[in-house]
Amino acid sequence: MENSDHSSHPFEPKQNELPPKANYEFVLDRRKFFKLTGGGLIVAFVLKDLLSFGSETTPSDASSISGVESWIHIGEDGTVSVYTGKVEVGQNIRTSLSQIVAEELMVPVLSIKMIMGDTDLVPYDAGTFGSRTTPQMGTQLRKAAATARLALVDMAAKKWNTTATGIRIENGMVVNIATNEKTNYGALTKGEQLMITISDDAAVIAAKDWKVAGKSLPKIDQRNFITGKHIYVSDMKLPGMLYGKVLRAPSYGAKLIDADLAQAKNIPGVIVVKDGDFIGVAAPDIKTATKAMQSINAKWEEKKEHPSNANIFDYLVKNISGDNGRNSGTIKGDVERGLTEADFKHSVKYNIHYIAHVPLEPRAAVAEWANEKLTVWTGTQRPFGVQEELAETFRLDKKKVRVIMPDTGSGYGGKHSGETAIEAARIAKEANKPVKVVWTREEEFVWAYFRPGGVIEVNAGVNKDGIINAWKFINYNSGGAGLDTQYKVTNKQVAHVPSNTPLRQGSYRGLAATANVFARECHMDDLAHLIKMDPLEFRIKNLDDTRFIEVLQTAAKNFGWNGSKTDGNGYGVAGAFEKGGYVATCVEVKINSDKEVKVVRVVQAFECGAIVNPHHLENQVMGSIVQALGGALFEAVEFANGKIINSALSAYRVPRFSDIPKIEIILIDRKDLASAGAGEAGIVGVAPAIRNAILNATGKALNNLPMLPNGMLA
Amino acid sequence: MILNVNGVKREVNVDPDVALLTVLRDHLDLTGSKYGCGEGACGACTVLINDNPTRSCITPVGNTTNKEIITIEGLEKNGTLHPVQEAFLKTDAFQCSYCASGMIMSVAALLKKNNDPTEDAIIKAMNGNICRCGTYPYILKAIKLAAKS
Repeated sequence: MENSDHSSHPFEPKQNELPPKANYEFVLDRRKFFKLTGGGLIVAFVLKDLLSFGSETTPSDASSISGVESWIHIGEDGTVSVYTGKVEVGQNIRTSLSQIVAEELMVPVLSIKMIMGDTDLVPYDAGTFGSRTTPQMGTQLRKAAATARLALVDMAAKKWNTTATGIRIENGMVVNIATNEKTNYGALTKGEQLMITISDDAAVIAAKDWKVAGKSLPKIDQRNFITGKHIYVSDMKLPGMLYGKVLRAPSYGAKLIDADLAQAKNIPGVIVVKDGDFIGVAAPDIKTATKAMQSINAKWEEKKEHPSNANIFDYLVKNISGDNGRNSGTIKGDVERGLTEADFKHSVKYNIHYIAHVPLEPRAAVAEWANEKLTVWTGTQRPFGVQEELAETFRLDKKKVRVIMPDTGSGYGGKHSGETAIEAARIAKEANKPVKVVWTREEEFVWAYFRPGGVIEVNAGVNKDGIINAWKFINYNSGGAGLDTQYKVTNKQVAHVPSNTPLRQGSYRGLAATANVFARECHMDDLAHLIKMDPLEFRIKNLDDTRFIEVLQTAAKNFGWNGSKTDGNGYGVAGAFEKGGYVATCVEVKINSDKEVKVVRVVQAFECGAIVNPHHLENQVMGSIVQALGGALFEAVEFANGKIINSALSAYRVPRFSDIPKIEIILIDRKDLASAGAGEAGIVGVAPAIRNAILNATGKALNNLPMLPNGMLA
Repeated sequence: MILNVNGVKREVNVDPDVALLTVLRDHLDLTGSKYGCGEGACGACTVLINDNPTRSCITPVGNTTNKEIITIEGLEKNGTLHPVQEAFLKTDAFQCSYCASGMIMSVAALLKKNNDPTEDAIIKAMNGNICRCGTYPYILKAIKLAAKS
């Protein structure tokens, strides 16, 4: 298996998943733009001065200044088209971004056409991850739309020989206030090929004055989804398309020695491809393709030594891969001295199992070679990343590769890579026909990538008065997201130490923050208990960040933190600031006499600046809480001898209806603050709050994730 | 063999051991029913066979001749949504919506047998349907709304 660590990037865990250098081919050539769209007005957002994007992915070479990030076109027929490399995986960003554009352009939401994730049509985008779409793309489109509106008002003012103040916009109609003459955007742009480029300084409508953004508009195209009409990639069918299957190794790292393909080749209609270790087949129907695959007699040489989930934690600590090792990281003061001088010391090792994303739609791709160009439809969070993978694999110019991403059956960070795209393309090349590859659930479990397992050693010292005198936090392999503490500490060392992972690992919702916040918030609770301080009070005492304090207090108030509780029940709290969002979670658990633990109630406060769509935000927070229950309580990948043991949904438990407690979500709408992303931060507080509630009820500290694989306390 | 799908007789030329889901999707182009697990553990492929919610991914097509098969495509009548679909539309429950067809078919089956189910009865009937996006509380809300209508 490849050893892919991904910890060094704050938003994106897998280093080799990010293109080494942003390669903008979309130069500001007006003719190119208008050839694509027809006449009208284009407002393009360029990378220059794009402060909100931060330094982490800003390309260093100056030529990229002409790089376009997103653009809006207003056609002669008045159609508003928005071009963005972001993609829809169920986070309902198609709706939110439409609302943002509609707000600024003052047009109906449904008049906006979002063109997303098509590498031939949209500007380069690194990918949809890290809760970046709302703060980054939302901000850009907001400014582009505002600029377009101002330009259209100017055009109208000129037409009517008045000034901008003499113009009013009403539901997409431009009105001359003095004469009550009306026209629409399309008519204003008629005959024009007007292009405006903007960067960061466009004026926008303040969130407090929003009329369309900030409202719970329903999911765009929802009707197509509830009638079964939406075509996911796995539903696609092209004329003459074949169904592809790929031969899998019996275990990780196995090498193909020999394969007898004769039988498969003799089946009518079957295409067989052997290229190095890759063997793929295709047939006019999936049954024949599967039969052909099963007829292949392959000999493999399997690797002997494999760690298993029984010894994985020792393995990760012993097999570190970084240069700096255990002495790296962020250092403040003298942590060893701080530990010695503290009134109380507390040291715990938190173990985090690998878990799987289990997107309900497995990886799927349809590939077609036509006119010396490769086109692949695939469900991916990184269409441009997959384009690059395909270009490299098939030694093609990127211009000869088009990746299209129709709205997909979820990802949760698990669909950053292009496995099925490459497989379908390789077989299609041989077959000279379009080929579809859809992974089985088992393939998705075994051959995708996992959220990393890890070990987090926390050693802290606290004084009687609640001052945290020392904080030593060493994370083996989980990753760097959410690593540093947000609490005041006098001396600290915080480090992430990558390990040689035996399983392929990558992004997962919230990245390493689920693991890091778990360890931190468990440890904070333990420190509070040591000095007999209320865990909520202890946290607030050690915080300066008023937004963090506000979510903690809001969650506690709605939960009834100091309220009375029945025997056998326990209360727990946890909080974090992650990916621009603040979250605080209170949990009530009930322990039955037979030691069965039931999560009874979750109250979560969430704040991510100005809310763009309250219902969809609540839905994201809800989804985060529900997904968090799985990783907190029972989800774990079991593996041994280079094989995944629980590679089926009947063996790998995910949350179901019967697992859902009473969930209350409180959204704090800060219209005075920029909107941040919300798809991830909601996941981090649940596990530690449950652990702290169980500790509160029983005195037992469960320091491994998942905490209760069998639902029972030991 | 002849299948009765959504009130229409359809002829398919496949082996009887092929999964009904494959026939619906690949042969009849009814792709609303989804593949999620291939072992009847996620509910994404749920269709109605003689009004019973059935996991089409583990149902051999040969067992379904002479029976009434209803898929998500068959719920909408002349452009009017089924009351269950209408309730989901109002609730705006889903995220990626890949589970939606299976959820809606399971709910339609449940409410046909019991138009006022208790929450426990709903959970029992729906526990075989997975929504990995975790929208269960909104789905519950939609089911209760559909039961009322």
